[in-house]
Amino acid sequence: MGNKAVERAAPWIAVALLVVVWEFTVWILAVPEFIFPGPTATAQALWNFAGPISVHSWQTFWTTMVGFSLGVLTGLVLGFIVGSSRFMYHACYPLLVGFNAIPKVAFVPILVVWFGIGSVPAILTAFLICFFPILVNVATGLAPLEPEMEDVLRVLGAKRLDVLLKVGLPRSLPYFFASLKVAITLAFVGAVVSETVASNQGIGYLMMSAGSQMRMPLVFAGLIVISVMAMIMYEVFAQLEKRMTGWAHRGQSAL
Amino acid sequence: MAQPARQPGAAAAPDQARPFVVFDSVSLAYDESGNAIEDISLSIHEGEFVAFVGPSGCGKSTFMKLCTGLRPPTRGTVEVDGKPVKGPLKISGMAFQNATLLPWRTTLDNVLLPLEIVEPYRRRFRRDRAQFVEQAMALLRTVGLEGYEHQYPWQLSGGMQQRASICRALIHEPRLLMLDEPFASLDAFTREELWCVLRDLWESQRFTVVLVTHDLREAVFLADTVYVMSKRPGRILDEHAIGLDRPRSLEVTYSEPFTNLVHSLRSQIGEIRGQ
Ligand SMILES: Nc1ncnc2c1ncn2[C@@H]1O[C@H](COP(=O)(O)OP(=O)(O)OP(=O)(O)O)[C@@H](O)[C@H]1O
Ligand SMILES: [Mg+2]
Repeated sequence: MGNKAVERAAPWIAVALLVVVWEFTVWILAVPEFIFPGPTATAQALWNFAGPISVHSWQTFWTTMVGFSLGVLTGLVLGFIVGSSRFMYHACYPLLVGFNAIPKVAFVPILVVWFGIGSVPAILTAFLICFFPILVNVATGLAPLEPEMEDVLRVLGAKRLDVLLKVGLPRSLPYFFASLKVAITLAFVGAVVSETVASNQGIGYLMMSAGSQMRMPLVFAGLIVISVMAMIMYEVFAQLEKRMTGWAHRGQSAL
Repeated sequence: MAQPARQPGAAAAPDQARPFVVFDSVSLAYDESGNAIEDISLSIHEGEFVAFVGPSGCGKSTFMKLCTGLRPPTRGTVEVDGKPVKGPLKISGMAFQNATLLPWRTTLDNVLLPLEIVEPYRRRFRRDRAQFVEQAMALLRTVGLEGYEHQYPWQLSGGMQQRASICRALIHEPRLLMLDEPFASLDAFTREELWCVLRDLWESQRFTVVLVTHDLREAVFLADTVYVMSKRPGRILDEHAIGLDRPRSLEVTYSEPFTNLVHSLRSQIGEIRGQ
């Protein structure tokens, strides 16, 4: 009977279980609240500081989304360029790997020097951290097509761009949408990390300052808010992916 | 004339005075490993249905690439319609063993794809789309895909995908149809069904067909001329004119002349393989 219902309820049950284990651990070990607050204390902080938390959340949310949007645009364009030919792919690959290996936090001090404290470093850090997976996915998705399809198109006089637009791009869309889910969570990481050192707004800043005053429940409230925002956005893009690329998940004989 | 019975190369129709496709001592080497095909000379008349048979790897697909201008010959010349072939020939349509339909396009949109690419259709594609759709639907109807135009490839059976792939090859009304083992992955019944679909399309439009196949019955049933190729490097070993009356019904495949033709081809290929 309720197999579907159980499946739907499972994530909520998991959350509830985690909360129970968390509360129980804190209670049994009798950890003081300013070290490791339990769920009740955290919930209390969430409630008591709802005003400031929502202001800071909004700051984090919009900087993340702006950085993410820049990342999507850049990732798409660069991915298209890099993936459009074997030559470009080979030329750019080492550079990209090198860039990806740099911890993006390392950019924050530079960004602060350039743009000062505030929203801009948060946006740019979110952008820097999230465009890479999009780029790589788009570039790989554009990979060369099967020789027969190439013959069919080439004999009709198809130009390289035709092939990219008619076959390459649509075929890379599932990769693109899959990468959005990864990128949006990374963008949150970027924005929050930047806020902890280079801002006086945002959840990252809130957590930092609350932590320095030993108001640990508030820090945990911040953590919860970030993960809830990230989960919601992830789900939004997961749904979008399902909508846009249904064909990739249904056909077993796909290309 | 009531009976359009046709003897390949025999009738003195004006278009047969000048052959449509001419290979003059053509060789092609992909790389240093030597010629893939060697010294091929032959001519195909406009509207002729030719089939190529030969052992695997003998250069049949290579022949198609030369014929459509996808590859230039290393030596010799290829002429189509009186002009030397330089670059891809838009008057050709191609279909292969795997249907290579794009999974995100419906059957109809897959069939329309060539019109989005090839001139002069491309320029008018948006404006005249309704007319092109009509054209595609008519083609789909003749191959028995009516009602499936809005289905996606994964919703079609292998045989239906192959039908769609042939429609895609024919939508821009090519004068030269290239079929590379198009029915190889189908079951025997579907294959024979598709023989008849192809036969009817050809009877009504009379484009020139080059069919590569491993199925000797298929070659004899469909073709006017069957070329037998040698092992690599591929050369033309023999040319069989198939004089069976047209239009041919599946019944003919049980007749004695038919089985004799298949039999002699069979033993010839056996010899080539045995060498
Ligand atoms: N792109 C290529 N580069 C190098 N060699 C190739 C290439 N394509 C084909 N060949 C070689 O040329 C020869 C002929 O190949 P071809 O594909 O024309 O054979 P075929 O007769 O179509 O074989 P099959 O019946 O198995 O399809 C083979 O030996 C093959 O290895
Ligand atoms: Mg082949």
